[in-house]
Amino acid sequence: MAFDKDGNGFTFVFATVMVVIVATLLALASINLRPYQQKNVSEEKMQNILKTINVECSREAAPARFNEFVKKRVVLDYGSKVLSEKEAAIDKMDKSDAFNINTKKEYKTLDENERSYPLYICEKDGNTYYVIPVVGSGLWGPIWGYLALESDLNTVYGASFDHDKETPGLGAEINTADFQSQFPGEKIFDENGNFVSIKVTKGGARPDDLHGVDAITGGTITSNGVTEMIGRTFKVYETYFNTVK
Amino acid sequence: MGTEEITEQPVVAEQVTEPKEPLFSKKNKRLLSDPMDDENPITVQVLGICSALAITVQVEQAIVMSLSVIAVLAFGNVIISLLRNTIPNRIRIIVQLVVVAALVILVDQVLRAFAYDVSKKLSVFVGLIITNCIIMGRLEAFALANRPWPALLDGLGNGASYGVILIIVAVARELFGSGELLGFQVVPQVIYDLGYANNNLMILPPMALIVVGLIIWVQRSRNPKLIED
Repeated sequence: MAFDKDGNGFTFVFATVMVVIVATLLALASINLRPYQQKNVSEEKMQNILKTINVECSREAAPARFNEFVKKRVVLDYGSKVLSEKEAAIDKMDKSDAFNINTKKEYKTLDENERSYPLYICEKDGNTYYVIPVVGSGLWGPIWGYLALESDLNTVYGASFDHDKETPGLGAEINTADFQSQFPGEKIFDENGNFVSIKVTKGGARPDDLHGVDAITGGTITSNGVTEMIGRTFKVYETYFNTVK
Repeated sequence: MGTEEITEQPVVAEQVTEPKEPLFSKKNKRLLSDPMDDENPITVQVLGICSALAITVQVEQAIVMSLSVIAVLAFGNVIISLLRNTIPNRIRIIVQLVVVAALVILVDQVLRAFAYDVSKKLSVFVGLIITNCIIMGRLEAFALANRPWPALLDGLGNGASYGVILIIVAVARELFGSGELLGFQVVPQVIYDLGYANNNLMILPPMALIVVGLIIWVQRSRNPKLIED
């Protein structure tokens, strides 16, 4: 039989077979590579948490350092009730462990009062630090970060932020040291103990403003996203802070 | 029967014109060497410029990007070349796109698993290899009409010459922009003390365009074949 490679029948068969083969190949690759990718992501998460308490380390060294400094992993609910407390090593399968809670996913799928609120209690040089994860929206996609509070539960000790697809050079600047280094020393309560959070201020914050940092030029929506996620998240922890203090 | 004879004729003719030639015949060697100079995809054909501007701030990114493009181009060329007699003509561009897209996704996944930090820096640009004109250009212009072995050489040659330009630009930008190479400080502190400063313009994308322009200028003034009236 004459083989007509340009006929309609063969064109359909070719396209179908090609799609099936390519799909199988990509699915296999994705399944086999996922463990490695997840390991990278979880190591990076540890690295980011450690960065807020001024412990710089390589990604490979992060798990060991994490166990050294992070003493307790707590999960709170919307009413600041403690849901779980873990001190032992992280069990990847344990969904109630604060480290295994996917705050980004919960931010997207759950209402504010249904989400879990993780808290990492760290100890360094005899001081206690409280690291709180924040998640919010930038211009193009999710932004997230971690803020460490000193033991007075008021002064920020360190901050790290990251993003998925903010514009390079503009919104993407939130993950640079220039932006993050403004946070240490800022306070989330005023002198009377009222919650005021930290504002990322367009046009620049006054140097003596304890509740404001400079926004990123050309990254207003991302900057506002940072303000919003810090304010919204810390408000939830306020009750817990008052019980601990 | 009549149609069968007609469709088979070109195949026979092709085999006659290609007697057994050594793997690295003069013709095949030129497939590797031509893209380096006379037919350079970036400086002569001016393809793939977008990624050349975007990811040449640091040498490490440029190297990983080059290796990714070489891998995609070489495998893509071979796969399309193997399929060249079965691909229906009407959907050949779609077939090429699917092959390239699948390869690029594989590269992206592998980078995420084994070179996570670099893959974060390259971010969207790995995905954008799909739209790199060099790749579609070689598949359409070369692989569809040639056997797998020359197609492989062509892919390697074009990928490598893309990489060479990328790395030259990246070396210039990282050296003058941050005083480093591959992340190591190479400009000694003494020179900074004498008043030398890193050129911040080098880190910005427009400078990549200027460096590529300089390379084109030097190449055109030295290569008589490229001199236009």
